[in-house]
Amino acid sequence: MPSYNLTHLKELESEAIYVIREVYAQFEKPGILFSGGKDSIVVTHLARKAFWPSKIPFPLIHIDTGHNFKETIEFRDNLINEVDAELIVCSVQNSIDEGRVREETGKNATRNWLQITTLLDSIEEHGFDALMGGARRDEEKARAKERFFSHRDDFGQWDPKNQRPELWNIFNGKKNFGEHFRVFPISNWTEMDVWQYILEESISIPSLYFAHHRDVVWRDNAWLPNSEFLKLREGDKVVNKKVRFRTLGDITITGGIESSANTLGKIISEVAVVRQTERGNRADDKRSETAMEDRKREGYF
Amino acid sequence: MDSAYLDMELLRFTTAGSVDDGKSTLIGRLLYDSKLIFEDQLKQVTDSSKKRGLDHVDLSLLTDGLKDEREQGITIDVAYRYFATPKRKFIIADTPGHIEYTRNMVTGASTANLALILIDGRKGIVEQTLRHSFIASLLQIPHLVVCINKMDLVDFSEAVFDRIKSQYEEFASRLDVKDIRFIPISALNGDNVVNRSENMNWYEGSTLLYTLESIHIASDHNHIDCRFPVQTVIRPKNGQYHDYRGYAGRVAGGVFKKGDEVVALPSGFTSKIAGIHTMTGEVSEAFAPMSVSITLEDDIDIGRGDMIVRQNNQPDITQEMDVMLCWFNQAAPQVRQKFALLHSNNEAKTMIKAIHYKLDINTLHRNEDDKEVQMNDIIRVTLRTTKPIMKDSYHRNRFTGSLILIDIMTNETVAAGMIL
Repeated sequence: MPSYNLTHLKELESEAIYVIREVYAQFEKPGILFSGGKDSIVVTHLARKAFWPSKIPFPLIHIDTGHNFKETIEFRDNLINEVDAELIVCSVQNSIDEGRVREETGKNATRNWLQITTLLDSIEEHGFDALMGGARRDEEKARAKERFFSHRDDFGQWDPKNQRPELWNIFNGKKNFGEHFRVFPISNWTEMDVWQYILEESISIPSLYFAHHRDVVWRDNAWLPNSEFLKLREGDKVVNKKVRFRTLGDITITGGIESSANTLGKIISEVAVVRQTERGNRADDKRSETAMEDRKREGYF
Repeated sequence: MDSAYLDMELLRFTTAGSVDDGKSTLIGRLLYDSKLIFEDQLKQVTDSSKKRGLDHVDLSLLTDGLKDEREQGITIDVAYRYFATPKRKFIIADTPGHIEYTRNMVTGASTANLALILIDGRKGIVEQTLRHSFIASLLQIPHLVVCINKMDLVDFSEAVFDRIKSQYEEFASRLDVKDIRFIPISALNGDNVVNRSENMNWYEGSTLLYTLESIHIASDHNHIDCRFPVQTVIRPKNGQYHDYRGYAGRVAGGVFKKGDEVVALPSGFTSKIAGIHTMTGEVSEAFAPMSVSITLEDDIDIGRGDMIVRQNNQPDITQEMDVMLCWFNQAAPQVRQKFALLHSNNEAKTMIKAIHYKLDINTLHRNEDDKEVQMNDIIRVTLRTTKPIMKDSYHRNRFTGSLILIDIMTNETVAAGMIL
């Protein structure tokens, strides 16, 4: 008797493809929020698999803070070329220039919060009714409460206490005019699952994830990359270290870890024994105990 | 890297309970002992516990992620937690145990292979135990693991364990669960959780973790009745795939093979499977819960909501059915009220034709006199739909036997239904 059982990666893949196809079937104007990080790369890969041999039937949307790693942008453009998808870039700089948002000041100033306005503006401009993202429930305690299909009101806000129950594999994407959904196809994946899947599927990822030499500054328990956007403070010492990044965000908030892992196999071994969470090096999560929930309520990814 | 790592199975289980029966402690221990609590998470929880004036580390703060939950010290929503051992990856749907949160328990149970029921060894079976067990049975969770906890507080007594076990078995004879196991544990000290207890040599069964790792789940899906609900149709209309027409969906039951004679419902047109496709190539067979695209030898009209099945094994096609509903909303349903109904990629309008009885989920008593439905009530109704639904009984197939009802005005999901 043959064993009709899937491995955990195949089952997670199958679940994610199902969710992506539901988005295509239930919404008129969906898109993928593409940050250039490994999670949105995996979602893009899954979208290719979901509709093969057709092309991905919706655009990739990049909310560009202008504070990028150049490696991320190169990678993004190559990938768009390879999968022959439409790319929509929404610029935080434009939102600043148009006076829609004001740049933060102070010593920990970033453009992290500003993305929310740019994102909500572009949802309105393009009429998106469902945006898929690579957020996972294991990343952060507020994200642990997310649905696959997460409703946003016409102000783009999330109401975590009043979410629709989600049962079996039935997804309710019904909404009123002006409302939209955020959809998270890899909700049930862990950091380890993502790495294993990247290995198993030979998915290419930006070189930043692998150990490399870089000028960095020690700040908030992480190696922050030195860049034209970083304001050095008194006492900051720029040193050259062999580092890699576990997550990718803006260059101003993404801290690296010292590592010599230069292959996927070595990264997986490192992830298996590491004792800090993946987002532990993200300055944006450290602002308060509920920093993620507060941003999500306002319309963050 | 160990290649066995890529070859794990996935087990989804649900827990339900309140703070004092040790649920958070148990989950904390499973995560901690399998090294899935990280140092920065633990530090955050330790700091928060101190800030609240507690003299112990409150592991429930790990799962209670929302501001209101942390302020009020309660769980109000399903929290999903993840851990893995070299054998399996686990998804825990952690739900609050109070009767007001029946809808969360039902939600967590809907996708679970296994339910973990916790009983305080000092108190024995309480109302909440019955409620959790009944919901597990109603939602057809294939495996039940009953942990009799706090054995350290009853002198690790075999007699206490045996008494609770036989009381539970007597109650469970009224349930519809095939596989029930009992484990005496102390979540606080770790007895029989990950490691065997030296305090209970009389217990010859497996530890909790070993049970979770080894319980047979390959048969939890239906591999007999072939059901392929179509989600969408893939038509590239270019180049070498100009004439490709793939029916995309997730297998809901049975095993489909190339060359199988199939029939499309509700049209009744027949054809043969020309191929089962994925981006990495054709596969020889597809079974639940695989997502694939199926091509047929003939061009027949199939769209979203249709179902591909075998000629000799078909679901019921009906516009009227009896359903057990779990009611989720403040607003009570009225007889003749209309709703949107979602059922395996199919959508219809529906009307409640009759409400037959309300089930008391603590006593299993059927109350035919009180039909005032409130949030979290379980009721038996007859539904009438505007178009034919291809359904199986929930007992036979969780995917083709389940549905949800949506309020037409607010778009809220107001009920989950198990087809009888």
